[in-house]
Amino acid sequence: MKLIFSQVKLTLGAFILRVEAELSGPVIALCGPSGSGKTSLLELIAGWRRPERGVIQLDDTTLTNTFSSIQIPLRHRRIGYVPQDLGLFSHLTVRQNMLYGQGRHGGGTLETSRTWSFEQVANVLEVESLAERRVWQLSRGEQQRVCLGRALLAGPRLLLLDEPLSNLDRDLKIKILGHLKQVREIFGIPMIHVTHDDEEAEGLGGPVLHMRSGSLDVA
Amino acid sequence: MNLEEWQITAFTAWVAALSTLGILPFGLATAWCLARGDWPGKSLVETLVAMPLVMPPVATGLILLDVMGRRGWLGGWLHDSLGFDVAFTWRAVWMALGVMSFPLLVRSARVAFEQVDPRLEKMAGTLGAGPWRVFVSITLPLAGRGILAGVLLAFARALGEFGATIMVAGNIPGKTTTLALAIFEHVQLGEDAAAERLLAVSVALAFSSVWFGQWLMRRQRFDS
Repeated sequence: MKLIFSQVKLTLGAFILRVEAELSGPVIALCGPSGSGKTSLLELIAGWRRPERGVIQLDDTTLTNTFSSIQIPLRHRRIGYVPQDLGLFSHLTVRQNMLYGQGRHGGGTLETSRTWSFEQVANVLEVESLAERRVWQLSRGEQQRVCLGRALLAGPRLLLLDEPLSNLDRDLKIKILGHLKQVREIFGIPMIHVTHDDEEAEGLGGPVLHMRSGSLDVA
Repeated sequence: MNLEEWQITAFTAWVAALSTLGILPFGLATAWCLARGDWPGKSLVETLVAMPLVMPPVATGLILLDVMGRRGWLGGWLHDSLGFDVAFTWRAVWMALGVMSFPLLVRSARVAFEQVDPRLEKMAGTLGAGPWRVFVSITLPLAGRGILAGVLLAFARALGEFGATIMVAGNIPGKTTTLALAIFEHVQLGEDAAAERLLAVSVALAFSSVWFGQWLMRRQRFDS
């Protein structure tokens, strides 16, 4: 995976995010204090936010280019996103949540990615027994795994994880970290995960990049 | 209750239900547009939508008559070219009830849409859903109870509509007489017992609609 940010600028009130970087590798950690722009950067990649200017390119696909008015719609980006608030659909069951995006990526802007069955993903993430339950009946750790499974089943070419280990107790952190490592090994999808904790940043392997005050330090 | 009273009750409930159904697509579209983002002319649309709530109903009725009557620009054209009359028919009742209950539907649906977290809609998009699928599978179900409460409120408002109806549809027995018009007529003629019977029916219908709507809203609050 190669992700290029060129002259990217995003203003959110008094906060300005500026990124000029080239990220590559199967797993990248973005580490920085709260308010440094980590989530905004993920949302720029996912297309949830639009920069005022700049180019964002994922491999050979231009996701955003404000200079030639390119902004690939969310549904054509094939990017799996696990936000901090998870964004699970409370009116649907675990199975319905996880299958929401399966086979739905239409439009063909990006090439088809490999897809997996519900059973395969649910088995790896240990959520098979929860399939018919409503998501609000689950614990935080279970919800996190469902959200991860939902992102995987949509067949993404890149997985964005926003603080996947925050708000979890130590045992649960170890468990979720184990699941993330399994996802990395079994499904082989490139990942960018953000955290404010240095130790967590190193947990999944790969380079750790630091963000502060809206800029990304690329070593 | 005699046969005529049953007929008036059935006609009122039927035309109120039909008018609520008729305004539903426009009401939901308007509510969704008002709930999502800012756009030029939004405050003008908000004001226009609220007008039937604050204007005297007879004034709204007069506007409808000016437009839809045989001498009105639209009603005249419909009569001359299609031989189709609206004013002083059941269609005028349908239209008056729809126009008068429209603001209530839009207000409830707008609040319901505003309560749906836009991030969930973005998430659905990220998972590959197009705008229509996002609306049908995420926005609508999550706003569903609030919308249903708005539908019931609009229906209850339509059941009791008087001023606009009498202006544009008149009070033609067997054709345009609704519960509210019949109650008024019975009181005018000194037929107190009949008026009281229809009053009881009106209260029962309105109470059960509003109560059911409130119950749904409470359940939604507890669920979320």
